[in-house]
Amino acid sequence: MSDFPRTPPRYSATFTPAVNAEIRRAAATGIYDIRGGGTKRHLPHFDDLLFLGASISRYPLEGYREKCTTDVWLGTRHAKKPIHLDIPVTIAGMSFGALSGPAKEALGRGASAAGTSTTTGDGGMTEEERGHSKTLVYQYLPSRYGMNPDDLRRADAIEVVVGQGAKPGGGGMLLGQKISDRVANMRNLPKGIDQRSACRHPDWTGPDDLEIKILELREITDWEKPIYVKVGGARPYYDTALAVKAGADVVVLDGMQGGTAATQDVFIEHVGMPILACIPLAVKALQDLGMHRKVQLIVSGGIRSGADVAKAMALGADAVAIGTAALIALGDNDPRWEEEYKKLGTTADAYDDWHEGKDPAGITTQDPELYKRFDPVLGGRRLKNYLKVMTLEAQTIARACGKNSLHNLEPEDLCSLTIEAAAMAGVPLAGTSWIPGRGGNF
Amino acid sequence: MQTFDLSAQGLRALNSSLHALRGQTTNMTSWEIINPRGAHAIAAGVDAPVEITVRGSTGYYCAGMNKQATIRIAGSAGPGVAENMMSGTVIIDGDASQYAGATGRGGLLVIKGNASSRCGISMKGIDIVVHGNIGHMSAFMAQSGNLVVLGDAGEALGDSLYEARLFVRGSVKTLGTDCIEKEMRPEHYEALEQLLRRGEADGKAKPEQFRRYGSARKLYTFNIDNASAY
Repeated sequence: MSDFPRTPPRYSATFTPAVNAEIRRAAATGIYDIRGGGTKRHLPHFDDLLFLGASISRYPLEGYREKCTTDVWLGTRHAKKPIHLDIPVTIAGMSFGALSGPAKEALGRGASAAGTSTTTGDGGMTEEERGHSKTLVYQYLPSRYGMNPDDLRRADAIEVVVGQGAKPGGGGMLLGQKISDRVANMRNLPKGIDQRSACRHPDWTGPDDLEIKILELREITDWEKPIYVKVGGARPYYDTALAVKAGADVVVLDGMQGGTAATQDVFIEHVGMPILACIPLAVKALQDLGMHRKVQLIVSGGIRSGADVAKAMALGADAVAIGTAALIALGDNDPRWEEEYKKLGTTADAYDDWHEGKDPAGITTQDPELYKRFDPVLGGRRLKNYLKVMTLEAQTIARACGKNSLHNLEPEDLCSLTIEAAAMAGVPLAGTSWIPGRGGNF
Repeated sequence: MQTFDLSAQGLRALNSSLHALRGQTTNMTSWEIINPRGAHAIAAGVDAPVEITVRGSTGYYCAGMNKQATIRIAGSAGPGVAENMMSGTVIIDGDASQYAGATGRGGLLVIKGNASSRCGISMKGIDIVVHGNIGHMSAFMAQSGNLVVLGDAGEALGDSLYEARLFVRGSVKTLGTDCIEKEMRPEHYEALEQLLRRGEADGKAKPEQFRRYGSARKLYTFNIDNASAY
């Protein structure tokens, strides 16, 4: 043996240990990886933006003295009964099936206490959620599981789901472990099968058909309900424009950080665009059509804090929706269950095998032994607290920018820390007037 | 008989009048809609035990989500007729366009002529009787209910279907993935006889002339060995 120093082991930046582990897993099993949640890769995000607080050129509002309104109207374009929410943070669609009944109840409790809405999902409307949600948005999905005119009429709004950020172009998936008797009955499926939802609606294709479909839904509900159209963040300019053309009251735009109950990891990580890149394009589509603030824009995908809310609204959104963050507020991925996460081969804050139905926190499961661990009253209280904090944080920032309403935040209140985020968000790189692709000085 | 001139009075007034019958005890149980002129969403969302006759052809989604009503179209129907029907009966004297009876959860849809592609797509309990032929991809992902076809079926019948029962008297161009021919047992002959009678087709065909198709159930649980079938 030579005494000369040896070259230390060096990992490939391309074939990292994680990449190699996935190759080995694929080779051993012959099937792609399925998981829940949203993308885990690093992406340009709201963290790359900063607010420019007031100084001489603008003056701020007193934090605890002067009003900063947070309420929002949704569905004012056509609906006889538009929705009025106290805060602009809504709960995104998550299915009964993916979530337990008590978890849906907790979402309703928390959202109602905070003055906002919840949304059903790919499994129909449950009594838990309708009963505890003051304002409930009923999703109209390609699968049409549980779809019926009575639930349409007792909803407060209808959301036509064309796509979602975690998997634009893909359908839902609920594996057999979670198709309990109740879930199977609601979906009219055999118990225990791997359920695959269609990726397209069964009775319309394209924007011209969508316009007629929206007409039908309006007729069935006597033009009372706001009609949302939800799209995954892939071509937000055209999708927003076409949704408006089809007659939507509200466009819901979900970036690739948005979660899913289950789909292929390769789909989650490689399809779609970050929400930061989506919002300005959707806003531009609305502005080009003269419909900004007339057709409301709800954005979602990686919203975590009041800062994220404020940044999304400064870019032109009317409201945001949260899904993953709401589950964490309820208790999902909590370190208190670490011992059980370890038994599942994972760890708290990384658990994403929601499709297996073994959630130690009792939230993403249909196993009665697990979901009885979850207290919907306590969960609802935690969600309410979290929503209140987000709202207070957003107000704090808005007042610092001299705004007496969250809706008065504007792109001019922002700068970017990175060139990428500056280009995507359409705000200047910090310390410059340069917006990549739009001119200005570096 | 309530006669409603759709071209003169408009769609909103029509559906508003029909929806007003929900939960009411009324003697206005017989309605006639004239001059439909291919309008969309005619009699969508009706929830009352009334009889409605549409004199002419309809556009998209006529009788959508129907409950209780008996709706007869004295003409042909556009796409999505009786989509997501819950109960009641819809009868089309002519032909039906795409997606007839899509996602229907109950009731009976009778098509006296032919039905285009995707008839009974994602059906969830509805019974559909087609006197003529049906187009391609019919009963795609059909979950439950019965589809009876007196004529021929197009390509990919019953692709990825679940527990719906398909009865075809004529030829089937191709079967979709996971759809196979199944044995006709006594209970199927009995069910078919009732369906033909309810579908105003008992004089046109006999149960023993039909073949039954259903799910092979090989795609119910993902198996990598079946990946090429998806």
